[in-house]
Amino acid sequence: MDSPFSTALNLIATGDAVLMQIIGLSLRVTLSAVLIACLVGLPLGAALALSRFPGRGVVIVTFNALMGLPPVVAGLIVYLMLSRSGPLGALALLFTPTAMIIAQTLLILPIVVSLTRSVVEDLWDEYRDQLRSLGAGRLRSVPTLLWDGRVSLLTGVLAGFGRASAEVGAVLIVGGNIAGHTRTMTTAITLETSRGNLGLAVALGIILLSLTLALNAAAWGAGQWARGRLG
Amino acid sequence: MGAGAAGMIAARTPPASILPLKLDQVGYAVAGKPLLADLSLHIEAGRRLIVMGANGAGKSLFLRLCHGLLDPTSGRRLWADGSLRAGAQAMVFQRPVLLRRSVAANMDYPLALKGMASSERREKVAHTLDRFGLRALADRPARLLSGGEQQRLALARAWAMDTQVLFLDEPTSALDPSATRIIEDMIAQFSEDGITIVMSTHDLGQARRLAQDVAFLHRGRLIEHRSALEFFAGPAAPEARAFLAGDLIW
Repeated sequence: MDSPFSTALNLIATGDAVLMQIIGLSLRVTLSAVLIACLVGLPLGAALALSRFPGRGVVIVTFNALMGLPPVVAGLIVYLMLSRSGPLGALALLFTPTAMIIAQTLLILPIVVSLTRSVVEDLWDEYRDQLRSLGAGRLRSVPTLLWDGRVSLLTGVLAGFGRASAEVGAVLIVGGNIAGHTRTMTTAITLETSRGNLGLAVALGIILLSLTLALNAAAWGAGQWARGRLG
Repeated sequence: MGAGAAGMIAARTPPASILPLKLDQVGYAVAGKPLLADLSLHIEAGRRLIVMGANGAGKSLFLRLCHGLLDPTSGRRLWADGSLRAGAQAMVFQRPVLLRRSVAANMDYPLALKGMASSERREKVAHTLDRFGLRALADRPARLLSGGEQQRLALARAWAMDTQVLFLDEPTSALDPSATRIIEDMIAQFSEDGITIVMSTHDLGQARRLAQDVAFLHRGRLIEHRSALEFFAGPAAPEARAFLAGDLIW
């Protein structure tokens, strides 16, 4: 019998349909979650950095703590919301890719919010007087600060992507690992390994690792370029 | 006040002047501790006022308060157009804060904030770059300029904003002598354009070169405000005399 590695390489080389479908779904779910988390988290984090209100400390600590939210717990929460008897049960989203996107958004959002808050808060310390002097109010300062913090923020967004693409618990609970429908790279690796079907598991493992490596290399390169180019 | 003995340059007061700025018994306190107290003075259009005093005398606070970055906790600050924080003013800080974008884009930013149309902005930026010899740096990232170039950009940015009064907080204290000279030349050009200058410095030579009027602060109080000629000929207050003599005063 072939070793798992040669099977894996063969699957990758021939562009196996099942393999490609799993990769496609994984990317679709995780990238959607990253996009939504950024759309919500970047402005929210910046607002948190610039605002002062009672209970602000509690909000900040909560978001920091949620960065360590176990994926299975995030999955459980979304499961409870979306299950037939849950408050959003009528939407019939459980065991669909949409449910998986919701669960992963929940995982990434605290990372994006906390990192954005910290980056923007530091920038704001430096920029506050100058921006006010130039005529920018707090609200108008938000896009300026996000743009000037873009290199640091990219790191946070990538950390979010890494967390979402690596987790199994949340997508397994709310997606159900249904073949051809909600099976992602991580859930497939879990299943195929337990079934002894190591070829597919290793192929997916290789792809997952390469993807993470490529993304981080791109981010590091962008950071280096920006430091030289933008100061 | 402002006897004008040193005023060699006639002020071309722009239309709808926001000056004079009147401070009436202005004070600024943090947590009940007064940092500035009982400041009353008029800042007249077209003059160069140098704010002097030892470290901690309140020079920076005074400029920030005039500019509107801080609001007085007592007394009143009134611009001639009746507003509490007039628009046509700008401030240059000891260390300029430039945005992570090109020199031209840094100049464009406050103009866009004012709602100026983009074609008008482009013209204004080009004109300003030419006027202050920054054309060659237009596309360079502002953060990578030398300290002197950064400060030149900060001043040019203020000029592009059509400011009537420019506040400068020790703008050359981090610069070498040649960069300092360029900045002083720019300030003189601004003054010729009729822009009112209010600047703090701890450099006595610089104060002598630029001042038409001097305001001397000591422990948060204004203890002298008179023409530069009179001040440097011999200030009335003993603290100011000691400061000019180079003594440390606390």
